[in-house]
Amino acid sequence: MRPVLTASLSAVLALGLSLPAAAQKKYDPGASDTEIKIGNTNPYSGPASAYGVIGKSIAAYIKLVNDKGGVNGRKINWISYDDGYSPPKTVEMARKLVEQDQVLFLYQTLGTPSNTAIHKYMNMRKVPQLHVATGASKWNDPKHFFWTMGWQPNYQDEAKVYAKHILQTKPDAKIAILYQNDDYGKDYLKGFEDGLGPNNRKMIVARASYEVSEPTVDSQVLQLKASGANVFFNITTPKFAAQAIRAAYDSGWRPIQYLNNVSSSIGAVFKPAGLEKSAGLITTEYLKDPANPAHASDAAIKDFVAFMKKYYPDGDVTDRNAIYGYTVGHALEQVLKQCGDNLTRENVMKQAAAMKGFKIDTLLPGITVSTGADDYAPLQAVQLQRFNGQTFELFGQVVSTEH
Amino acid sequence: MSRRMLLLTLALLAIACALPFVLTSYRTFQAALVLVYAIALLGLNIVTGYNGQISLGHGAFYALGAYCSAILMDQAGLPYWATIPIAGAACLVAGFLFGLPALRLEGLYLALATFALGVSMPQILKYHLLEKWTGGVQGIVIAKPEPPAALAAAGLRLDADQWLYFFVLAIAVIMFLLAWNLLRGRVGRALVAIRDHHTAAGVMGINTALYKSLAFGVSALYTGVAGALGAIAVQFVAPDSFNVLLSITFLVGIVVGGLASLSGALFGALFIQFVPNIADELSKAAPWAIFGAVLIAFIYLMPSGVAGALRALGARLAGQPKETRP
Repeated sequence: MRPVLTASLSAVLALGLSLPAAAQKKYDPGASDTEIKIGNTNPYSGPASAYGVIGKSIAAYIKLVNDKGGVNGRKINWISYDDGYSPPKTVEMARKLVEQDQVLFLYQTLGTPSNTAIHKYMNMRKVPQLHVATGASKWNDPKHFFWTMGWQPNYQDEAKVYAKHILQTKPDAKIAILYQNDDYGKDYLKGFEDGLGPNNRKMIVARASYEVSEPTVDSQVLQLKASGANVFFNITTPKFAAQAIRAAYDSGWRPIQYLNNVSSSIGAVFKPAGLEKSAGLITTEYLKDPANPAHASDAAIKDFVAFMKKYYPDGDVTDRNAIYGYTVGHALEQVLKQCGDNLTRENVMKQAAAMKGFKIDTLLPGITVSTGADDYAPLQAVQLQRFNGQTFELFGQVVSTEH
Repeated sequence: MSRRMLLLTLALLAIACALPFVLTSYRTFQAALVLVYAIALLGLNIVTGYNGQISLGHGAFYALGAYCSAILMDQAGLPYWATIPIAGAACLVAGFLFGLPALRLEGLYLALATFALGVSMPQILKYHLLEKWTGGVQGIVIAKPEPPAALAAAGLRLDADQWLYFFVLAIAVIMFLLAWNLLRGRVGRALVAIRDHHTAAGVMGINTALYKSLAFGVSALYTGVAGALGAIAVQFVAPDSFNVLLSITFLVGIVVGGLASLSGALFGALFIQFVPNIADELSKAAPWAIFGAVLIAFIYLMPSGVAGALRALGARLAGQPKETRP
C-alpha cells in the first residue's frame, strides 16, 4: 500500500508541478516546442555585398548553437534573404519573412535605407526588428517605435568621444572636418558639434564636404590645410579615407588625425593610403580585432578562429564583419535564452530591453550589452585606439557614451 | 484583335481578378509588383522594341515617377490616386525633352547617353538643394492606401493589399489598352518603320524627329506611371532604390519577355520579379551567377522572347507555317 501511495502521490505531484509549467509556454507565429524561426535580410549581391559576410557569419554561429542542442531545447531556423541593398527588395523580403515564412522576428537586417523602408511596416505589424545593423541614431526611439532596436554604438555617440578627447588633450585645437554629404556624414558632424558643446564650437575652423560620386577629395583636403588647422577629423568611407590621409600627408600637412570607425581598417584604408602616412591616426573600436597581434593569445579570439575554421571555412578570419556577426550571434542567443518558454513577440522585445551588462568575450574588456525599456541602444561604449604604423594600440579607458 | 486573342485576354483578366482572393496578402503584393513592372516594361518596349532606340536609363524615369508621387503625397497632401496622372505627365515632358537631344545619337551612342541618365539619377536625388523635397538619402516614407469606405459599405471587404492590387490592375489594363490602340495604328506603323529603316521612313513622309521624341516621351510616361505605382506599393522611396541596375533589369525584362510585343511586357515582368528570388533561394554565394545562367538559357531557347516562343508554338499547334499571315 505504502509504495503504491508514494508512487501515486509523486505522480500527482509531478503532474501538478509540470502542469503550470506547460501552461506557461506561450508562442507567437514562428515559435514552437522544437523550433524558433528568425528572419533576416542582407546584401549578398550588389554594391554593398561585402557586408553579406555578416549574414553568413551569423548563420554559421547559429549552426554552432544548434549543434550544441539549440536554445532551451529549440533549434533556431535562420532564414536570410538577399536584398541587394535595395530598399524595395527589403520591403518585399521582410513581408515574405513575416507573412509567408511566419518568422517570430527579424534580426540584424542590414543597412540604414533598407531598415528605414521597413520601419513603419514592422511596427504596424508588431513584429520585432531587432538589433538592426546600422549606426544611425534613429533606432533608439522606443516611445515611437517600440518594435525596433539598434545594436552598435551609433555615429553621433562615437563622434562625441573624439570631441571629448580633443577637449581633454588639446584645448587650443583648431579643427578641420571632412565629411560625406549624406545622413551618415551629418550624423557624425552633429554628434561632434554636440560633443564640443556650444562654447567650443568655434574650435572648428574649417569644414568641407564631398559627394560619394566625386572621384577624389584632394581639393577638399588642400582647402582644409589652408585653414591652418592642427586637428583633422576625417568622416569618410574607406575609399575616401585612404585618399584624404594620403593627400594630407603628401601636401605636408601634419595635424592630429581622427578617423571614424567606419573606415578603421588596416587592409582597406591604411595600406592603400600608405602605412607610414597613416601612422598616428586615432579611431575607436568596441570589438576585439582578430588581426591585432595584441589579441592573438586571447582565449575569445582563439575560440573565434576555431569557430571560423569549423563553421565558416571560406570566410576571412581577419574580416571585421565576420567577428561582428559572431559577436551579435551571442546577443541573439542570450535574448532567446532569457525568453525561456515565453516566445511571444512582445516578450522578445521585453527581454531584449532587459539586458543588464551582458558580457560577450569578443567585445573589448569593459564593454557590455546594456538596455532598458527606454534605452534601445545596446552598445554604448568604445575605446580609443591609435595606429602605430603597423597595428592598432588601444589606449585610455573604455568611454561610455550613455547619457 | 482576333476572336481567339480576345477570348484569351478576357480569360487572363478573369484570372487576374480572382488572384487576390486565392493568394496570401504577401503574394498579392508580389502580383501587384509584377503588374507595376509590366507597365514599366511596356513603356521601355515602346521606345526600344517598337522604335529601336536602346535605352539603358529608364530606371531614371521610374525614379522620377516614384518621387513625383511620393513628394506630392508627402508635401502637398494629395491623395495617392491623384498623383498618378501628374507623375505620368511630368515624365512625358521629361522624356520628350530628353528625347530631343538624343535624336542626334544613334544606337550605341544613345545607349550610352541614357546609361549616363540612369547612373546619375541616384546622385541627383541626393543633391542637397533638393533635399527639402526628396528627403536626401533618407528618402520618403508614405502611407499605405486604404480601400475606399464606399467599397466596404457596398459589402465588398478588401484588405489594403487586395485594394492596391486592384488599383494597379485597373491602371495596367487602361495602359495596355491605350498602348494597343496606339501601336496597332498609324503611329505604331510609323515607329516600326523608323526602327526598320530610318531613311526609308523619312522618305515615306514620316516626321522621324517628332516620332522618335514622342516615342521617348510616351515611353517615359508609362515608366513614370509604373514608378508612381511602385512607390505607393512599397510605401517608400530612396535614391538607393533606383540604381543603374534597375534600368538594366528593365532591358533584360523586355528582351526576355519579347521585343515589340505587348504580352512580352507581362512575361518580362514575371521574369524580373521572380527569377532573382529563386536564384537567391538556390544559392547565397552566387545568386547572380544563377540569374545569369537562367538568362542565358532563356535567350538560347527563346531567342525572340517568351512572347515570340509562344507565338511560334501557337502557330505550330494551329498547323500554320510561320509568317504567312498577311
